[in-house]
Amino acid sequence: MLIHPEEILETIKMVSSENLDIRTVTMGISLLDCSNPDIDVLNKNIYNKITEYAHELVKTTDEVQSLYGIPIINKRISVTPIALVAESCNVADLTSVAQTLDRAAEDVGIDFIGGFSALVQKGMTPGDLRLINSIPKALSGTRKVCSSINVATTKAGINMDAVALMGRVVRETARLTADQGGIGCAKLVVFANAPDDNPFMAGAFHGIGEPECSINVGVSGPGVVNSAVRALEDPSLGDISECIKKTAFKITRMGEVIGKEVARRLDANFGVLDLSLAPTPAVGDSVAAILEAMGLESCGTHGTTAALALLNDAVKKGGSMASSSVGGLSGAFIPVSEDEGMVRAVRRGSLSLDKLEAMTSVCSVGLDMIAVPGDTPASTISAIIADEMAIGMINKKTTAVRIIPAPGKIVGDMVEFGGLLGTAPVMPVNGYSSEKFIARGGRIPAPIQALTN
Amino acid sequence: MVTSRFIITVIGVDKIGIVAGVTRVMADFSVNIVDISQTIMEDLFTMIMLAEVKEENFDLESFQKAMSGKGREFGVDIRVQHEDTFRFMHRI
Repeated sequence: MLIHPEEILETIKMVSSENLDIRTVTMGISLLDCSNPDIDVLNKNIYNKITEYAHELVKTTDEVQSLYGIPIINKRISVTPIALVAESCNVADLTSVAQTLDRAAEDVGIDFIGGFSALVQKGMTPGDLRLINSIPKALSGTRKVCSSINVATTKAGINMDAVALMGRVVRETARLTADQGGIGCAKLVVFANAPDDNPFMAGAFHGIGEPECSINVGVSGPGVVNSAVRALEDPSLGDISECIKKTAFKITRMGEVIGKEVARRLDANFGVLDLSLAPTPAVGDSVAAILEAMGLESCGTHGTTAALALLNDAVKKGGSMASSSVGGLSGAFIPVSEDEGMVRAVRRGSLSLDKLEAMTSVCSVGLDMIAVPGDTPASTISAIIADEMAIGMINKKTTAVRIIPAPGKIVGDMVEFGGLLGTAPVMPVNGYSSEKFIARGGRIPAPIQALTN
Repeated sequence: MVTSRFIITVIGVDKIGIVAGVTRVMADFSVNIVDISQTIMEDLFTMIMLAEVKEENFDLESFQKAMSGKGREFGVDIRVQHEDTFRFMHRI
């Protein structure tokens, strides 16, 4: 037989007991040609375009799933940032566009649609401002729409006016979805250096340099890496890195074959393969568990940042050898509520917000799915965002903040979101004020790292 | 479909008639066995077959349903997956 039985069984074990999955097949659709000053025409154009391009997405993805026998968990769509598409509509409230996206998503049967977004790293146009002000209503009035705002890049610096505004928008979004623990904030990401082709939510949008239609695939597999590391007998850290690299290689190859086949069948460009270790609430499918497998008693203790740096780098190396299309975020995610090991670490007191912030400087995203007390001031949320944006800006990497000021909750409470979003322990924030700093506004200039030309 | 070779795995507790039952379904769907290996791994009966389909419009879904139905009958887990799943993962 061409393939050894042990290899066949290894693959089957990855799927059946280690939660290997294709987390998402995300179709990117350009909406640039939908623009129209009349918002009703704009909405009609958007609906027609999405349903025309994506009506076969779910069916095709399901067929490819059964052909290869690898589960594909989510089907998603990302679109051109709506602030660009709706710039010419002089309408204060863009909620109707979010509702159109939601209806199109519902009608084609996908799980999430991303792109209720604006790119404002250097300043805001009137259209950007209208979109940002519409976010709380848009996210509370829809189910599948995700929103992201890029407020910083290494080249432009940090737009602190936008950072200040986003603190208030996050608070208001939580207030409008208070009956569900502030779940609107789980669909809202603030970025530095946002990638144009990321297939993962809530931050996916179809960047302006992208083609008309593309397929981006997000592969996941913390459970597989966790099992592989735990199977090693008394390994050195070099052995662990080697093992993670090999495992990441295998997972990436799997994603590539699936992504290419879906793109071929849908006659779309195959964009990127994003190999990100995205945990799920399932036991063992956890990035914290991998760090603990390396020898840490509990995630968050001293040594965690070093262990995470090793993990993130090995994942990237394995992935980049396996496919020429690796892109997006590709690394390890550390969303607290979605990772059972992270939740446990917070509850036993070994993982704090400050440590998470340090960890984000060496992994692929940022402060993700973190619940804080409902009465956290908007300026404190803005300041948390600003810190994270600074890490991204200086280190020339993507960072993001997805934070939920859980209405009515205090430190130690748990907020239940359900499904892949999991359960978030409410974490304490620093009680000293950042009010004056945030109120200054303006822009933190682009760092010296920006002067590369 | 690029090629039409599938890896069929049957994993579970050994029972009389598993091989006969499974290959019967394959014959019904005109699925040819190219290679077959069978072993007991960690106390579990494990049969791996490389199968080939010549038909252009092969109804994979019905075949997979019939095979997993047969698996339920014998209390074993049967998977039918395109060969590329394993080729891509383990071969460069």
